[in-house]
Amino acid sequence: MRLEPKPAPSILVTLLYPVAAVVLTLAITSLLVLAAGASPLSVFYLVWKGAAGSQFALMETLTRATPLILTGLAVAVAFRAKLWNIGAEAQLYIGGVVTVVLGTGALPLPSFLLIPVIMVAAMAAGALLLLGPAILKTRFGVDEVVTTLLLNFIVLLFVSMLLEGVLKDPMGLGWPQSSRVVAEAQLPRIIQGRRLHYGFVIAIASAVIIWIIMKKTALGYEMRAVGHNPQASSFAGIPVNRVLMKTALLSGGIAALAGFCEVAGLKGNLTLDLSPGYGYTGIVVAMLAMLNPIGVVASAIFVAGIFVGADAMSRSAGVPSYIADVMVATALLTMVVAILFTRYRLRWK
Amino acid sequence: MSPVLRLSGITKRFGPLLANDAISFEVARGEVIALLGENGAGKTTLMNILFGHYVADEGTVETFGKALPPGDPHAALQAGIGMVHQHFTLADNMTVLENIALGTQGLASWRLDRASARERIEKMSFEFGLAVHPEAVVGTLSVGERQRVEILKALYRDAKILILDEPTAVLTPAETDALFATLKLLVKQGLSIIFISHKLNEVIAVSDRVLVLRAGKLSGERVTAGTTRSELAALMVGQEVEPPAVPEVEPGELQLVLNAVSTVRQGTGMALDNITLSLRGGEITGLAGVSGNGQATLAALIAGTEKPASGEIIVQSVKVQEWSPRAALAAGIGRIPEDRHAVGTIGDMSVTENVILERYRTPRFSNRGFLDWQAARKFAEEIISDYDVKCPSPEARIRLLSGGNMQKLILGRALDSAPSVILANQPTRGLDVGAVGYVHRRLLDARARGAAILLISEDLEEILALADRVIVMSKGRLSAASPRGARTIAQLGELMAGHGMEAA
Repeated sequence: MRLEPKPAPSILVTLLYPVAAVVLTLAITSLLVLAAGASPLSVFYLVWKGAAGSQFALMETLTRATPLILTGLAVAVAFRAKLWNIGAEAQLYIGGVVTVVLGTGALPLPSFLLIPVIMVAAMAAGALLLLGPAILKTRFGVDEVVTTLLLNFIVLLFVSMLLEGVLKDPMGLGWPQSSRVVAEAQLPRIIQGRRLHYGFVIAIASAVIIWIIMKKTALGYEMRAVGHNPQASSFAGIPVNRVLMKTALLSGGIAALAGFCEVAGLKGNLTLDLSPGYGYTGIVVAMLAMLNPIGVVASAIFVAGIFVGADAMSRSAGVPSYIADVMVATALLTMVVAILFTRYRLRWK
Repeated sequence: MSPVLRLSGITKRFGPLLANDAISFEVARGEVIALLGENGAGKTTLMNILFGHYVADEGTVETFGKALPPGDPHAALQAGIGMVHQHFTLADNMTVLENIALGTQGLASWRLDRASARERIEKMSFEFGLAVHPEAVVGTLSVGERQRVEILKALYRDAKILILDEPTAVLTPAETDALFATLKLLVKQGLSIIFISHKLNEVIAVSDRVLVLRAGKLSGERVTAGTTRSELAALMVGQEVEPPAVPEVEPGELQLVLNAVSTVRQGTGMALDNITLSLRGGEITGLAGVSGNGQATLAALIAGTEKPASGEIIVQSVKVQEWSPRAALAAGIGRIPEDRHAVGTIGDMSVTENVILERYRTPRFSNRGFLDWQAARKFAEEIISDYDVKCPSPEARIRLLSGGNMQKLILGRALDSAPSVILANQPTRGLDVGAVGYVHRRLLDARARGAAILLISEDLEEILALADRVIVMSKGRLSAASPRGARTIAQLGELMAGHGMEAA
């Protein structure tokens, strides 16, 4: 059995394989649903209904998708240049920290100034957080997978320390949580009475901007070149290390934006459960989207929909909502295989 | 007498590509067969089938009258087939003896047999002129010695049929002669040898019979004594090849001078040791030498990826302060790198994206950080038509192009801006004869318009055909330059082996 490379795949094939991947995912999860004693069709219907069956459901899905779009973009940008940023979780939390430091009354500014100032500051903090590992990688050859991954734990403990100390809400009845951000620092809701906030618009705009950077600018071209072949890039005069620094700044900044949006748009304050692993799920989102910034929007909504829908389904069907984790994980695996088959063909013998 | 090896109707397809098309031949005892063909003609595929790495789609292999099971390298070894690969398969941190005996006996018996293994190796190396010390660590040996270890390894396993894949690519002329003497001794002992090469002189010097492969087919079979170079060349490429005509060009101004440059040794590379080199416009300077003697470092220095530790670089009589790939490009140096896959191109990017690689920051292709893809695509189309590149479209991934077309594209990228200095590092390695001729013509055109060209090549014939002056590199140092035809091949070989370098 061997793999042989295929010439450039046609558009039809490129679209057909992801569809096949989804069908296969449903087939595999059906087995688990059957094992849990429920009917797959009704469970999938309930997931669909819970994720997109009503305006409320759809709004919830998009709300959940917002941080995933941003962490997905952060990962997609970094992975494109083969900078393995596993630390979007830490960068997200740092964004949240900056938001409550500046947004709980420290800056007496009107909304239209305060929000951009906090956004920029949060992005800068996230950018700097990833710059460290990038410098260690380019200067000393330290593997950034290790440094960014470990920084997640360091930052989470750091946040815990802040929430037990200087950032602790005096009115919080002893809970480790920060004070709430002032009204001027909050992102408004898009529709009254629904949780979907303008963070979603920021996420979509970020996706479009990243797409433009990757496709149209010299920086995006440099990032792709460095990711594909650093040796040839360096020979051609591309400053490889500088490109990696810029990539780190961009990636860390976008991830921190996710923390800003969650605090300023949804939660209102900083807690230790600000993110149920959005930084890690961002990796899945980016891989599902084949690192395409526009694809990240679609895959983030898909993943968010499965989680939101599975929550709703488990309440009515009695199948544990962990099925969502299995579905997302299976979808990732089938997708990776599908991508392989758009590029290679399997030959027996 | 029955043949020791018989191939009947071997056919192998890779997708739409027919790599081997119904190839049949026999090898007799004590015979040297040369397998001649361009790169991509199917020589390596055929040998991989013989050795069990690939399974043929059709056809059979027989050794000593018995069918060889397909796809089983172990059976091939058992049947007495030994292979010396182009890239050696030795463990650098072990001794010669350990490398040779590795895998031939059980671990438990190892200590007991060491003495007898040593005795056997010494006997073989004496008998066949394969001088090498059994207790030497392989990592300390020269390339020629390592090759002898590889041959001893095959003989130690009782090989009756020895396959040598491009064995002379890494040898000096003197080492090549020694290898040929060894092969003659082996043949006298009754071994059969398959000698794979694309160098006509060697094939004629060493073989009894020549099989010529072209595009997967056996295009001819000749008894060596009854054939000529030009006949073999014609069989190889399907047409008569002519050496390029080199017109007289008056040498011009000094374009690039390296003055007493040394570099720091990095990794396995050879450092440059006090090198002085001047390149004039309208002149091709050929740099000969055995691979690994500092040519790669010199090329990296001129390309800008290596910085001098001492000495100076002078471009058109201006001393260079900062040196980098961008500085080299800005100084008007066109670069053709040695490895077109790893260094020259980015395989997963399109032809368009690859042609602007060195110039995407110029106003022609970008404006305020935004790239002008229309201009880039137009440039790609220009190069595709001007340099006769065969590719489906400018959007195609460059990985899908053949080596020759990839090289034409790199050539177009480097030469399009009419550089005053051209660094051509192994510009024709692995190309078929048609593409080689094309690259040579383009280099001669550049020479005619007044460019200064440094041609680095392991192919002495290429250097002798093109270069106006020849310099030999050995152990990081340069010999004095000799004008066209002033040194014989034997004299160059002496220099390549490191003798008489003090004259520089």
